[in-house]
Amino acid sequence: MSVKLSTRQVGDVTVMDVAGRITLGEGSSALRDALRELVGKNQKKILLNLGEVSYIDSSGIGELVSGFTTVTNSGGNLKLLNLNKRVKDLLQITKLYTVFDVHEDEAGAIRSFA
Amino acid sequence: MREKARHVPETVERFLESTLDSVDNAEELAVAVAQRAGFDEDDLMRIGMAVRESLVNAVVHGNRYNANKKVRFSVVNSPERFTIRIADEGEGFEYREVPDPLAPENLMRTSGRGLFLIRSFMDEFQIRRLEPGGTEVTLVKYVVSK
Repeated sequence: MSVKLSTRQVGDVTVMDVAGRITLGEGSSALRDALRELVGKNQKKILLNLGEVSYIDSSGIGELVSGFTTVTNSGGNLKLLNLNKRVKDLLQITKLYTVFDVHEDEAGAIRSFA
Repeated sequence: MREKARHVPETVERFLESTLDSVDNAEELAVAVAQRAGFDEDDLMRIGMAVRESLVNAVVHGNRYNANKKVRFSVVNSPERFTIRIADEGEGFEYREVPDPLAPENLMRTSGRGLFLIRSFMDEFQIRRLEPGGTEVTLVKYVVSK
């Protein structure tokens, strides 16, 4: 299964639910396109829910970094939600875990944008 | 870590097209052999990802998707070591010149973490330039921890 993306609005926060694999090719480019589209629509508060992500490779990590930079440069905030152990481990060994604002519960994550 | 008692010797070799499908195929193949060799779930993930990153390097950076160039891929499951070799036909690169992805100035780069992840997930990592052209990487996971 490649990546599946869907967005929903919770107040003024756009939650993007990501499921499947974020790997080089279709997965990482779909995530890049979706984030750029949100930035293009002037969405400033974006919460990336990675709870259903089964696999992420270095290209996928690069897309998270790219998305973070794109959103930040547009004056917005991109935060991460529901990292599974493997994704969390990957962000930790690449020293990116502390770069992102990571949350474990959605309500708290939504409130943190206020 | 793998239990030695469950060891069944196995050798697999393939010549793969320079496509992203080959990346998926090689990862699946390596994980299947590693599974038969008795590695646990965490090691299967590490081996799979190390193979994926190595194949991406071979297909994308080495062979540059050139349909005339192949990737030689082998897995050898021996009593002491689980060894994977991946060779491309590219122009090669200077390993020592690859930037450290953990350096503060590189942390926000969108690429350049593949070799670091491979080294992190395997017990041994070797790289050598092939003649007349190409790069071969050797990845090793020990059967028992040193």
